[in-house]
Amino acid sequence: METVNITIDSRKIQVPKNYTVLEAARFANIEIPTLCFLKDINEIGACRMCLVEIQGARSLQAACVYPVSEGLVINTQTPAVREARKVTLELILSNHDKKCLTCVRSNNCELQKLAQDLNIRDIRFEGESAKMPLDEISPSIVRDPNKCVLCRRCVSMCKNVQSVAVIDTTERGFKTLVTPAFNKSLNEVPCTMCGQCINVCPVGALREKDDTDKVWEALANKDLHVVVQTAPAVRVAIGEEFGMPIGSRATSNMVAALRRLGFSKVFDTDTAADLTIMEEGTELINRIKNGGKLPLITSCSPGWIKFCEHNFPEFIDNLSSCKSPHEMFGAVLKSYYAEKMGIDPSKIFVVSIMPCTAKKFEAQRPEMSSTGYPDVDVVLTTRELARMIREAAIDFNDLPERQFDDPMGEASGAGVIFGATGGVMEAALRTVTEILNGKPSDNIEYNAVRGIDGVKEAVVEAGGMKIKAAVAHGLGNARKLLEKVKNGEEYHFIEIMACPGGCVNGGGQPIQPSSVRSWVDLRAERAKAIYEEDKEMPIRKSHENPRVKMLYDEFFKEPGSHKAHELLHTHYTKRENYPEE
Amino acid sequence: MQIYRAHVLVCGGTGCVSSSSEKIMSEFETHLNNNNLTNEVKVVKTGCFGLCARGPIVVVYPEGCMYTMVKVEDVKEIVEEHLLKGRIVRRLLENKHDDEGVETSIEGVEFFKKQLRIALRNCGVINPELIEEYIAFDGYKALAKVLTEMTPEEVIDTIKRSGLRGRGGGGFPTGLKWEFTAKSQDDQKFVCCNADEGDPGAFMDRSVLEGDPHSVIEAMAIAGYAVGANQGYIYIRAEYPIAVKRLNIAIEQAKEYGLLGKNIFGTDFNFDLEIRLGAGAFVCGEETALMTSIEGKRGEPRPRPPFPAVKGLWNKPTLLNNVETYANIPPIINKGAEWFASIGTEKSKGTKVFAVGGNINNTGLVEVPMGTTLREVVYDIGGGIPNGKKFKAAQTGGPSGGCIPASHLDAPIDYDSLIQLGSMMGSGGLIVMDEDTCMVDIAKFFLEFTVDESCGKCPPCRIGTKRMLEILDRITEGKGEIEDITKLEVLAKNIKASALCGLGQTAPNPILSTLRYFKDEYMAHVTDKKCTAGVCKSMMQYVINADMCKSCGICAKVCPVKCISGEKKVPYVIDSSKCVKCGACMEKCPFKAIFKNV
Repeated sequence: METVNITIDSRKIQVPKNYTVLEAARFANIEIPTLCFLKDINEIGACRMCLVEIQGARSLQAACVYPVSEGLVINTQTPAVREARKVTLELILSNHDKKCLTCVRSNNCELQKLAQDLNIRDIRFEGESAKMPLDEISPSIVRDPNKCVLCRRCVSMCKNVQSVAVIDTTERGFKTLVTPAFNKSLNEVPCTMCGQCINVCPVGALREKDDTDKVWEALANKDLHVVVQTAPAVRVAIGEEFGMPIGSRATSNMVAALRRLGFSKVFDTDTAADLTIMEEGTELINRIKNGGKLPLITSCSPGWIKFCEHNFPEFIDNLSSCKSPHEMFGAVLKSYYAEKMGIDPSKIFVVSIMPCTAKKFEAQRPEMSSTGYPDVDVVLTTRELARMIREAAIDFNDLPERQFDDPMGEASGAGVIFGATGGVMEAALRTVTEILNGKPSDNIEYNAVRGIDGVKEAVVEAGGMKIKAAVAHGLGNARKLLEKVKNGEEYHFIEIMACPGGCVNGGGQPIQPSSVRSWVDLRAERAKAIYEEDKEMPIRKSHENPRVKMLYDEFFKEPGSHKAHELLHTHYTKRENYPEE
Repeated sequence: MQIYRAHVLVCGGTGCVSSSSEKIMSEFETHLNNNNLTNEVKVVKTGCFGLCARGPIVVVYPEGCMYTMVKVEDVKEIVEEHLLKGRIVRRLLENKHDDEGVETSIEGVEFFKKQLRIALRNCGVINPELIEEYIAFDGYKALAKVLTEMTPEEVIDTIKRSGLRGRGGGGFPTGLKWEFTAKSQDDQKFVCCNADEGDPGAFMDRSVLEGDPHSVIEAMAIAGYAVGANQGYIYIRAEYPIAVKRLNIAIEQAKEYGLLGKNIFGTDFNFDLEIRLGAGAFVCGEETALMTSIEGKRGEPRPRPPFPAVKGLWNKPTLLNNVETYANIPPIINKGAEWFASIGTEKSKGTKVFAVGGNINNTGLVEVPMGTTLREVVYDIGGGIPNGKKFKAAQTGGPSGGCIPASHLDAPIDYDSLIQLGSMMGSGGLIVMDEDTCMVDIAKFFLEFTVDESCGKCPPCRIGTKRMLEILDRITEGKGEIEDITKLEVLAKNIKASALCGLGQTAPNPILSTLRYFKDEYMAHVTDKKCTAGVCKSMMQYVINADMCKSCGICAKVCPVKCISGEKKVPYVIDSSKCVKCGACMEKCPFKAIFKNV
């Protein structure tokens, strides 16, 4: 690696030539405050918090974008630098809705931390402040422009990473606003509700629609049988909300906490993930054998589904008709389970704990009520669950060992890995290859579809044929892959997850500040925990899950049966992007 | 080729066009036709003469008589008297020192005496819509010379030696900029022209493009050859329709003549040019914002480095110069670097065009050698201050510049002396202010502009300029406190140091320079609640001098809020609590009995 010699705060160091001043400072263990910076996603030098003195430069320079060069002399802590940062921060604060005490991001707010770190005790430059209405029509995302600091991380995430581009800066100067076009609500534009914007927001300007009240209310209602299910990605992230290191597995603590909250049953969505594999695997085999529409594309990610309906309606017939696992689970709970337990399905209240904000939207889709009742009544994100746990004063880190409830508490490792990009594909391949080959496979780990490459491909031989598979995560990568398919590239099976890294990095997961996110790959760390969990499972293939077998024996008969279609499958519709009024 | 005995040059610049010069032109055609003179006298539509205050302007050759403030009705007389009978229409002559019939020509006009026109050399001389006229005035000779006789290195060396510096504001050495771009290695490079003239009151770039568009096209082709680019873009504001039209005509003509396109002058040099229209954002005059806008994105600056010479338009090495800078290139190539370097001061070579406005008699466009003093521009060329008022300050550099007080009237105008005085050259706006100007109000005026034009990307500019404006609002409303001055100083200093781009970094300049030279005025506003210039309405009252009032009642009649009362033989009185300070009474009082009480 080519290096250059620089002097930073009188220390002479050698750093790689492609470093920015911020990276060089980090290398030298020198902290520089940042606000708009988010590595690889938003490097625009806009917020001016990371200003430093560069010898020879006319004005102060933004460390996050200033490239190092041979002989560069940098001072990160001069009176001028400190004053400039403070004045700029006071200006930002002067136009920020400072209701920190009641802000959802209090204690996890990058602006609040900056104000503390920079020892701001007075805002000298108060003046006119924006007063704009909240955008809270979306079932998933609330946008509060009065808290927005215009760092544009959300814009870059939505536009450059996700290629969704439904928010951007409008107006200029003091009136500048990050908003959907024509100042519409996020609910009225082709927003996929993926919530990645929330995860990168340094403040409380973007947040999930909080549905915890609905759950508290249900829990307090003696007439209701309130059950909860948790997605695989939740267990490897919720610990972060309670001080555990990134990538900690907290399955038992989570189950125990849910019990304490008063849920009648705590189920594992992974069981339904196994069910999904049975249905989707069968669908794949049928399509391949009967000349059906290929490639088959997964449908577990509601953000991806909405993206497809808006942007790639020509691929709607390629989408698997399978509902996402938690919706399948909801339908099973209000049919099979209700019957088995002798509970009136109208009295069953299903809560899904998801790493996802788009699932809130998904649960509201009219298609998702095949029993006559909503499959899922309320979706909470990982963050909302953490809030409930805190509100109930449960010490998350000190809870007894607990396991998921039966009759559907048992899942396979295949169901667990749904939480990481490539997981659905790998789970499907574990089952489909064995069905096609008619015998168990030796190797069940498909490394080609793991990892954080944007688009991954694999060719798997089974039943005398070659199955060509592709995996994309993050909607920008999905777009690339679909363009490839449009240009003639042929695949049998494609997995798409709306969020970069898959569900482990979903829009409902614990928020890590830029100071962590920029240098730690949340996707990889959380996925590592997922794969560890998989490895420790006694059963690692969906079709070997005895609970799934039982479900088919007692209820559905066989994958793809009429009853299965009625309850576990759905359909999609093309959506207008910006309909004319 | 038809030979004419006389030429009638009519200014076709935006200023004169807006005062009917096009009608004047057609009126000339009509009357020449009526008098059977169409074969003897030719009417030529030219670019701007510069003396905009006196427009519409008509110049008749061979005498070179400059007729000013010509009306459509005057045309018949000019045709029948001057063109038919050879009798100069003296009442319309700009040059009034011709009692003896000695001096009638344009050269004798005071306004032009101290000027040296290099960038504006063809403005008011040729028809900008005819490439042949440009060629007749040495047009495209410089391009031919560089393509056939010079290496790119020699071209760059010539520009470097000429000492030419960027005329757009920063004053960066042009040759050096060309050299940086030339040294960047890439398969594609671009040459851009910044014609997004945005300073309030500045219109030199518009005039060059309206009056001599080919000079810019030629220069851009030369630049393309020098730096190794074969594609150019002219970014021009859509609010300049005449300039855009003439540029389009010029580009088409240059293409027809093979002066743009492939194998120019039979060499293997190819160069094409396209126009991109700006939507009127001031910040798009900042180079990185300009290029972002050309790329079709929201016009916002980005941090430098990387500089455009390394990563510019579409991340390719890009050379960006301003219109006036380009207009200087062909003469430098034709006449040599030494000629150009012999004009001006030690570090500022050549001339600079100023758009002179405000409280000055000869509002217009002035091109003077660098080093000319402010006094010469204001008094000798500009004709001094109207109504016998005193000069108070000159504002240069537009919203990024500052005010220069009367004590520095004799300072030579060049890049460095203006910076030293706390102002800047900017693009060359020069606004003259007389004693009735409130300097706090002036600072507020410019700040209102920057607050409006801030792109909103960085907080120091987005919020900081707004906060400074709020403070100035308080001060001019008589609600200022002494700490407000300190706050202004803290904000100004830090915004200058912290803002992302030149717009924000220079936004505090009007405040800093007025604080530097006119702090007493700020203090008077804050501590005594007085605006000595009588501009800030909250601190001023209209009063009727009882001794002078003849009780005519006119003031009471014109008062829109009926706050003036009185009766015959009793002096009228203004009820200050109701007065909205519109000034109508003072204006209408036939006895000049109403005064501002400051």
